[in-house]
Amino acid sequence: MSESPGIFDRSLLRARRRRARALGAETFLLDHVAGDLAERLSVVKRHFALAADIGSPGRSVQDKIRVQHLADHIVAISDDAGVSAVVIADEEALPLADGSLDLAVSALALHHVNDLPGALVQIRRALKPDGLFLAALLGGETLMELRQAFTQAEAEIEGGVSPHVAPFADLRDLGALLQRAGFALPVADVDRLTVRYENVFALMRDLRRMGATNSLIARRRSPLRRATLLRMTEVYAQRFSDPDGRVRATFEVVWLSGWAPHESQQQPLKPGSARTRLADALRTAELPAGEKAGG
Amino acid sequence: MTDTDRPAGSLDPKLLEILVCPITKGPLEYDAARQELISRAAKLAYPIRDGIPIMLPEEARKLD
Repeated sequence: MSESPGIFDRSLLRARRRRARALGAETFLLDHVAGDLAERLSVVKRHFALAADIGSPGRSVQDKIRVQHLADHIVAISDDAGVSAVVIADEEALPLADGSLDLAVSALALHHVNDLPGALVQIRRALKPDGLFLAALLGGETLMELRQAFTQAEAEIEGGVSPHVAPFADLRDLGALLQRAGFALPVADVDRLTVRYENVFALMRDLRRMGATNSLIARRRSPLRRATLLRMTEVYAQRFSDPDGRVRATFEVVWLSGWAPHESQQQPLKPGSARTRLADALRTAELPAGEKAGG
Repeated sequence: MTDTDRPAGSLDPKLLEILVCPITKGPLEYDAARQELISRAAKLAYPIRDGIPIMLPEEARKLD
């Protein structure tokens, strides 16, 4: 929503994605994630009638769900008309009625929303009771090599630093957010990919074709100095290259899943409802409080 | 939706059941003649272009 504090310039992000399509979109990461997502869904013993794809760039996710019949219907919701969306909307202001979906999926989109807690709450509310949410987003270690190389080069050459790589959320925070958004049985896990490039420029070319270059509101507005860029590539090559000269780039994909609460799900027992004594389970004698064992 | 046989430009009826106004989360009225989804509470008419509802407040027509 427009009143939340801005981190990402979302209209710039749309422009970056348009440029990526014009250049010929690079979708290796998206395809990898879409394949994983389909695999994770295929082991869920559940029939999904109506699913929504929330904000995933490109068609990979919706196509996988259709081809593998993981849901009867899928509605693609995106703020980017280029992804063959069925509904154009902002992930931060979803136009979905409460309790309308059986499944909500999202791939490589939610790390770019300004108000992630708000988006998660809206997704949870759009799910029917016992509906599933499954999403992949980029986590905190993503492009950490590029972040460090830029920081060092900018500090050395210009005596100051500006953000070049987005502040991705880390796993623990994301797990806690799921819980706060009211999801039952929340799970967060990480899939870390290392991609090797011929050089830093090849990495940056890929990022442009992924529409993943800097869209931070706090980004520097002046063109990057040539000396800084060259120093960055030197630092990157020194610190993050393999013996064969190729450079490494980390992509950390954080997977989030949770269910809209329903009474059929596992519930914590009420305090005092235990039928077995802890002492029996531990095969020990129960002592009154205040006395120390072996005292 | 998966249906590809519906005529181009028309709104999938299944969508109508689940869409609400993104601002108020209130109900929408479908104006088939003007191809708009109207949120009375938000006083906005969201356009439908080529069968795709554009649920962005900045793209919507303001109602008096």
